[in-house]
Amino acid sequence: MAEQVISAPRSLPVGPVESHGVGWNGMACLIASEAALFGYLLFSYYYLGASNPRGWLMEPHPDLHLALPNTLLLLASSVAAWWGERGVRQESKGQALAGLALALVMGTVFATVQVYEWHAKTYAPGTSSYASLYFITTGLHMAHVVIGLAVLAMLILWIAFGYFSPLRRLPVSNGVLYWHFVDAVWLFVFTTYYLTPLLGFAR
Amino acid sequence: MTPARSQRMIADTPEIGEVTQALRDRLEAIWETKPGFVGWLASVDHKEIGLRYIVTAFLLLAIGGVEALVMRLQLIGPDRHLLTPEQYNQFFSTHGMTMIFLYASPILSGFSNYLFPLFLGSRDMAFPRMNALSYWVYLASALFLYAGFVVGAGPNDGWFNYVPYASREYNPGLNMDIYALGMILLGISTSVGAANFIVTVFRCRAPGMSINRMPVIIWGTLTASVANLVVIPAVSLAFFLLWLDRQFGTHFFDPAGGGQPLLWQHLFWMFGHPWVYAIVLPAMGMVSDGLPVFCRHPLVGYTAVALATVATMVLGFGVWVHHMFATGLPGLSLSFFSGASILIAIPSAVAIFAWIATIWLGRPILTTAFLFFASMILLFVIGGVSGFMTASVPVDWQLTDTYFIVAHIHYVLIGINVFPVVGATYFWFPKMTGRLMDERLGRWNFWTMFAGFNIAFLPMHLTGLMGMPRRVYTYPAGMGFTTLNLITTIGSFLFAAGVLMFFWNVVKSWRGGAEAGPDPWKGPTLEWAIPSPPPPYNFAVIPTIATRHPLWEDDLDEGRARSTLDRGMTLAHGKEALATTSLDGEPDMILKMPEDTLAPLMLTLALTLLFAAMLGKLWWLAAIGSGAVLAALIFWTWPRRQLLEREAAVHG
Ligand code: HEM
Repeated sequence: MAEQVISAPRSLPVGPVESHGVGWNGMACLIASEAALFGYLLFSYYYLGASNPRGWLMEPHPDLHLALPNTLLLLASSVAAWWGERGVRQESKGQALAGLALALVMGTVFATVQVYEWHAKTYAPGTSSYASLYFITTGLHMAHVVIGLAVLAMLILWIAFGYFSPLRRLPVSNGVLYWHFVDAVWLFVFTTYYLTPLLGFAR
Repeated sequence: MTPARSQRMIADTPEIGEVTQALRDRLEAIWETKPGFVGWLASVDHKEIGLRYIVTAFLLLAIGGVEALVMRLQLIGPDRHLLTPEQYNQFFSTHGMTMIFLYASPILSGFSNYLFPLFLGSRDMAFPRMNALSYWVYLASALFLYAGFVVGAGPNDGWFNYVPYASREYNPGLNMDIYALGMILLGISTSVGAANFIVTVFRCRAPGMSINRMPVIIWGTLTASVANLVVIPAVSLAFFLLWLDRQFGTHFFDPAGGGQPLLWQHLFWMFGHPWVYAIVLPAMGMVSDGLPVFCRHPLVGYTAVALATVATMVLGFGVWVHHMFATGLPGLSLSFFSGASILIAIPSAVAIFAWIATIWLGRPILTTAFLFFASMILLFVIGGVSGFMTASVPVDWQLTDTYFIVAHIHYVLIGINVFPVVGATYFWFPKMTGRLMDERLGRWNFWTMFAGFNIAFLPMHLTGLMGMPRRVYTYPAGMGFTTLNLITTIGSFLFAAGVLMFFWNVVKSWRGGAEAGPDPWKGPTLEWAIPSPPPPYNFAVIPTIATRHPLWEDDLDEGRARSTLDRGMTLAHGKEALATTSLDGEPDMILKMPEDTLAPLMLTLALTLLFAAMLGKLWWLAAIGSGAVLAALIFWTWPRRQLLEREAAVHG
């Protein structure tokens, strides 16, 4: 192989093409690190849940009326973002803008509902370790949602400027990947705080 | 090559050429850092950044050393009052924090930063701007962390900062808040740096450098970086939760509200133990790469050593609980973690035997660098044995929190970090500066450090076995500790004198050392194939690698395959580098590299403002800080035509 690199060099892509480029590897590292962060948060929840006596859960029967539709909404926003990215890949600016804008709106609604949920709680972060964990975990997730929304907003702007093409679109693919990650993390948070009590954890 | 052409070009066949002066001139113009102060601030050259890292980390070593000497003066005899108990607490905590977080890891990042692209035959790291960011944030967090100590509000609870003593009840001042926020800031720097190393190793190697041909230090840094990437969030989270507990009345660590003090210890040691390996594995890599050069013999058992490096870290994830043997955990879990801790001795032994075999089979040349590398093996054995002893639960119960542990820490950290790092400086200084360090002074330097270190820390094992507790500001006369402590203090000053000789040698040789030439040690790896100091673009043509020792191919005669160093891709159409595939190192794409920019510095300043505002709970300032962070990020990520991140659109 060594000789061929010099004697018969192949044509190589120049700069990031499609979703290939070192920027993609960088995004993968960021996601790995952030996923670990939420892993430690959930570890803290299970650890405290397991080491406390019964009655630690402040919501042994979590109310799913808002949380479940909100979760579905966030998942749907991932689909919208994916559809928008497809718009970029197929050189359809309209679809790209519509998809990402839809994701942006859905994400904003999710965040608003979540803020409402916080206000409706009968406890505050200082009430107990359960309450602290609930607010800080959902709060850190919210911080990621806000960053994700800012990313989507910038992508919409850049697409509107006509910056991307099916070949040059790494920032779009990276940004949308981040949004998928934010949504995936919520599934773990949701499962932990809303579903495991129903299954009997720490009740 | 006009910019207009490069924009429309999606694919291209790289030109192949020889190294010529014309090519060098062209590359020099493309890659050089702009002159002047602003140019200096904006530089993204990995060599520039690596040197800054190294200089800063050595400065912090000196500061931490002065703190240590003050403590040793306090302990020189019984019942002395140079420091008050509170001051002593701040001194040993700040000393530990400085050495572990601000010296031991950044110094290795510095060497890796400088050397990675040279080892790998690349023009720069994968993310030059992130590289600059990780340095600036490191500097900012060092200043942030020291701000407290300077005004008498340094950390005072040891470097691992256990609750409840770190809680507000016992520690009402700002001490712990500064420590907590500063460590989160430093975590950003380390994570960004780790990601950069990982992607650089996997994507920026010269063609033909499959992973079984990488120098061992690359394995060490790669392993450490992967670990850092996933464990830093644990400690950042722990410090963040601590700050919330202290300032906002949450109950993560507070039993009264259903929290758990042990949660701190779990989160801290999940990070802490892999981290301890992260600050020794790259240093072990330095020995694995440096020692063979002076033995004129390739490292014995390369594959075993590389795998042992990875295995150490894998096991390292499973041993965090051994720091908590004395906390009353269930017996079965103690046995498990004890077993894992004893097992971890095996991969370390593999490395030790490989080094000994290399010396045995080779023809050692006793340079200063060789002395430092070889002595590390001895210190490693002593530090390893004392660590192995405390991996056993009953022994740990006897020894925990005595000076035996202090002796162990220093054998491991000075033995496996400081000695290899000083050796590495003697070894690579000629590459970095073009000048050799003074060998005569080097001998004095080595023997003073070696003697001083052992005089100081060997007797300390005994002090510990006799029961002197660690972290206590003084001791009464008549306990049998007096003579031992006097010896330790004398040894400490001798060691410090040795370190001073080292610094002096660096300064002296930098100014007027003998010319080194490109390859003073006749080394086997790529960095020795280019001029000293390397030009800003490192390699005029991208080398093509056929073996593990591209420069020793004729001597070793390991087969017919030959690397090609003087002919290859020229990549001179703008700031370009080559990306290769992750495992086999086949050419994969041409990277457009970013120009120098102030964005990393701007982001660092914005982050620092944000953290300072959080410390003071000045929410309006925090809002400004967040806005500034956002602005810096948008400026940074704005798709650039030069980087081919976007089309050359008619508008925009
Ligand atoms: C001149 C060289 C040095 C001397 C004389 C020295 C001395 C000391 C002393 C007196 C203590 C406090 C012991 C106690 O009261 O518990 C200490 C703690 C410590 N030292 Fe050093 N030290 C030196 C170099 C280093 C280096 C190079 C490192 C790491 C790379 C290091 C890492 C530590 C750590 C981690 C602790 C524990 C701090 C804590 O208890 O939280 N030291 N050292």
